Amino acid sequence: MKILVCISKAPDTTTKIAFTDNNTKFAADGVQWIINPYDEWYALVRAIELKEKDPSTIIHLVTVGEADAEPVIRKALALGGDEAIRVNAGSGDSYYIASQIAAIAGQGAYDLIFTGKETIDYNGSSIGGMVSELLNLPYVSLAIKFELNGASAVITREIEGGEEVCEVGLPVVVSCQKGMAEARIPNMRGIMAARTKPLKVVEPAAVDSLTSIVSFELPPAKAGVKLVPADNPAELVRLLHEEAKAF
Amino acid sequence: MSVLIFIDQSEGHIKKASLEALSYGTEIAGKSGIAAEGIILGNVSEDIAALGKYGVKKIYHVDNAALNHFDAQVFTNAIAEVVQRSGAKVIVFSNNVDGKSVAPRLSVKLKAGLVSGAVALPDTSNGFIVKKTVFSGKAFANIALNADIKIIALNPNSFSVNTGGEGSAEVVKTDVKVEEAKVKVTSVNKVKGEVPLSEADIVVSGGRGLKGPENWGMIEELAKLLGAATACSRPVADTHWRPHHEHVGQTGLAIAPNLYIAIGISGAIQHLAGVNRSKIIVVINKDPEAPFFKAADYGIVGDAFEVVPRLIEEIKKVKGVA
Ligand SMILES: Cc1cc2nc3c(=O)[nH]c(=O)nc-3n(C[C@H](O)[C@H](O)[C@H](O)COP(=O)(O)OP(=O)(O)OC[C@H]3O[C@@H](n4cnc5c(N)ncnc54)[C@H](O)[C@@H]3O)c2cc1C
Repeated sequence: MKILVCISKAPDTTTKIAFTDNNTKFAADGVQWIINPYDEWYALVRAIELKEKDPSTIIHLVTVGEADAEPVIRKALALGGDEAIRVNAGSGDSYYIASQIAAIAGQGAYDLIFTGKETIDYNGSSIGGMVSELLNLPYVSLAIKFELNGASAVITREIEGGEEVCEVGLPVVVSCQKGMAEARIPNMRGIMAARTKPLKVVEPAAVDSLTSIVSFELPPAKAGVKLVPADNPAELVRLLHEEAKAF
Repeated sequence: MSVLIFIDQSEGHIKKASLEALSYGTEIAGKSGIAAEGIILGNVSEDIAALGKYGVKKIYHVDNAALNHFDAQVFTNAIAEVVQRSGAKVIVFSNNVDGKSVAPRLSVKLKAGLVSGAVALPDTSNGFIVKKTVFSGKAFANIALNADIKIIALNPNSFSVNTGGEGSAEVVKTDVKVEEAKVKVTSVNKVKGEVPLSEADIVVSGGRGLKGPENWGMIEELAKLLGAATACSRPVADTHWRPHHEHVGQTGLAIAPNLYIAIGISGAIQHLAGVNRSKIIVVINKDPEAPFFKAADYGIVGDAFEVVPRLIEEIKKVKGVA
């Protein structure tokens, strides 16, 4: 079994979001970078769990990013995984990034390709779908449970108002979310081992982005809260009903 | 040239999010003076022609039982065939479960530019620029779609349903090549009668302040009374007081209902990220310093166990239920 886990770096969830260069760039100065939570907690940890069950499993991590992505990929290696590949590319849109991942995936004969359900910065939820189309593979999105059953996978995925269970032959691309695995933290042994695990750097394939970011904006500030005394919920109901017309 | 809108169905019923997508796509078409057309895959038990009231003039219906169940790969190929036939230049999806799965695939197949999580109509004064949420709702980005074909996945609850259209839509029964899905669905488990959280107009949400799962009775009662869906903060789902799918926030579901009522939730930055696009936020928290009040429109500083039951009584009065 050979698994490719897609890893993205993302700003820490407490980051104050601000922009520079006339609102065209994310203000990345001083930002603490983490592994995108969906990639870490669910995609990577589930892959590690599969390897714990079957130690012959090989896990490769792939990230598309410049050298500043390396601490994050090392941290991912400290959790688990055998080696990492960094595609040495600056920014591009989802199509550009998916094309880089597909180029790596296409060479590695992977049985499984895991991504997080989305990144917490650009919220594209597109990489898994795009990679699967580029490789002409089946795609199961929003997976909340994943089990192997011989040469196929049994996956529970979210649907509106519930969930469904499906079965699919390998190879398959899966986007992962809560439920797939229990988040864990790297231990000392893992951190030491990560230092010597191979981290290959490859140059990007020539691909053009299909979209570009023109500018960013912040949501307008709220006008301020209207407080209602605790002993007068009737007033809150009146305000919601008559002023806000919320129901 | 046309705008093609994907009309998503489940068990033969058209999803509400698709009505928003229809209204949105129709408006784009109107502004550019081109036709608005819809596409439905699978058997449908509702009156398709009646969707004309959302402004769409023509609907391609691939009435094939093999499409009753969603599969990203099969749907991508079916939609691509209709896109080719209709010459659509703009394709609109809802950014819901199915849309998130099929729109990226289709964008690769058609070499189309994709913006997912759109919240506003495109600005075509200089190119084709669409506003979307980024940083889990903490900001917006304006994205230029530079390819010939453009795909927009519209966030649920971001665009009002518009029923101003006239007459019924022409339904064109359409055949496309439908291959066998590689993904076999073996069981579907839907919570009957519950409003799906992503589509809900009103959401009642509970946090750790509710002390334990046994106290969710009043949350459910309030939700039922308002026709609302229920949600929760992350620690509540992590400790299994509530199911995972109710978890909202930066690492859960991002929602944008008309009304979000947060009870016993502190309003941590990661929680706010997923809910701050709600039109009206009501916070009930016993701590006047709770950060959530800064993001709220209305609030009560008080003990949820006293306030919520009284709130329920007052709403019953307004709604005229005993
Ligand atoms: C990487 C990362 C990602 C995260 N993602 C998310 C996410 O997606 N969603 C999310 O929700 N959180 C997320 N969190 C967690 C977040 O930081 C908070 O810890 C969490 O939101 C707190 O949940 P809470 O408000 O229910 O609990 P608490 O912070 O414990 O707040 C409980 C609140 O209830 C109030 N209260 C207590 N008793 C009563 C009473 N009787 N009546 C009224 N009010 C009462 C208290 O005053 C308090 O404000 C994330 C954290 C990290 C680090």
